[in-house]
Amino acid sequence: MTDKHLSTQFDTELSGISTRVLEMGGLVESQVAQAVYALTNFSGDIASDVLRNEERVNAMEMEIDRDLSSIIARRQPTARDLRLLIAISKTIANLERVGDEAARIARTVQRLINTGVSSRLRLPVNDLAFEAELAVAQLRKALDAFARLDTSKALEVLKQDDQIDQEFDGLMRKLITYMMEDPRTISSSIDLVFVAKAIERVGDHAKNLAEVIIYVVMGTDVRHNTVETVESMVVR
Amino acid sequence: MDVKVELPVTEKAKISVRNLNFYYGSFHALKRINLDIPDKKVTAFIGPSGCGKSTLLRTFNRMFELYPEQRAEGEILVDGENILKSKQDVSLVRAKIGMVFQKPTPFPMSIYDNIAFGVRLFETLPRVEMDERVEWALKKAALWNEVKDKLNQSGSGLSGGQQQRLCIARGIAIKPEVLLLDEPCSALDPISTGKIEELIHELKTDYTVVIVTHNMQQAARCSDYTAYMYLGDLIEFGVTSDLFMKPKKKDTEDYITGRFG
Repeated sequence: MTDKHLSTQFDTELSGISTRVLEMGGLVESQVAQAVYALTNFSGDIASDVLRNEERVNAMEMEIDRDLSSIIARRQPTARDLRLLIAISKTIANLERVGDEAARIARTVQRLINTGVSSRLRLPVNDLAFEAELAVAQLRKALDAFARLDTSKALEVLKQDDQIDQEFDGLMRKLITYMMEDPRTISSSIDLVFVAKAIERVGDHAKNLAEVIIYVVMGTDVRHNTVETVESMVVR
Repeated sequence: MDVKVELPVTEKAKISVRNLNFYYGSFHALKRINLDIPDKKVTAFIGPSGCGKSTLLRTFNRMFELYPEQRAEGEILVDGENILKSKQDVSLVRAKIGMVFQKPTPFPMSIYDNIAFGVRLFETLPRVEMDERVEWALKKAALWNEVKDKLNQSGSGLSGGQQQRLCIARGIAIKPEVLLLDEPCSALDPISTGKIEELIHELKTDYTVVIVTHNMQQAARCSDYTAYMYLGDLIEFGVTSDLFMKPKKKDTEDYITGRFG
């Protein structure tokens, strides 16, 4: 969005709202990282921080949504301006869901600590940390791509989503093994299954963000296509 | 500039413009325009002032011939017949292709006669049929309920929006096939504008409507197809929702998003 509108006020509004989307993205990204850190270190304090910050994430979504409505009502945007605003609306909904996943992980950490399993059982939390690193990296890359409206970076995000899915499948096998070997781990292993699923969902949301970026830049809706098809659309 | 003008196969062209050049004296105002106006659809021309959109509209019923220094070269085919070369009486061309101007232009006569005047030029109707025609046109123009009790009062006593609808009623009373609207709402308030846009929507079931507008939102709201023109060139022509959501040309995008200039 380098070219300027005749109305500089409109430019200011658009760049302002994009900046706040990135702020929200940054907050959500750290929420996921913190929630997973709380898990690997069994830190109740950090889990509580995550749950407190969740309210900020929700508030940001509502603020940005309100400003979006206001810009649409007053400016009647068209073409790529309209696509950008629609994309922002979808992006913040996805980011809010990522925030929910972080909160879900934080609550699981609190439950694991309260039931005292952390000290008694050895759980494969480090494998989860690896899956989470991948997911957070995807999210960061998608937000970078949004900031620069970079379709090739968005395409990379789509291509790498598989890795998280494979990691998730591997974790499932591992957790099943744990449960079979020691039935006392079943309850907490099931908790970890949900955590792994939450992290996998973060990756899915990053993928949604990437698809939306391609829509802003090219005006093409690439959802529900294979990565190969999307690639052939983007790289021309 | 050559622009792809193919209509979707489901559309039939009512007016086909072929290699149209237009000159005001030595000024080249329209440059090799090629365009198909689809039948029974609303087509909007948008573009900055001086881009040639009104000029193009005025060629469709040979309105420019009123001025000796203006000339058009090329073809304008209406149902396949080139009206620029046609031996047809120009008033018959204009009866088939009606026009409404920016400023409402009611004749200085009663509301009834404003409608009947044009009809009398082409048809001799018994009184009862003429009454029916006037009522039909006023109903079609969504004006009947407001004027049915004062048909003998002067047309200039109506409000701006009513006068404009009166002009549209006058235009459709002679049952044209095409209605050309040159900035029909630019002198009207939002409510009158809304009524005219509603009317445009109704009219397209029976007529091919071409509207020139400065108001892009108006083009977006009430047209099926939009043509963007700039400095006498047709830059882009397409389905309105595509053009406003995902224009093919950067020039079009800059104009409709307000990055122009």
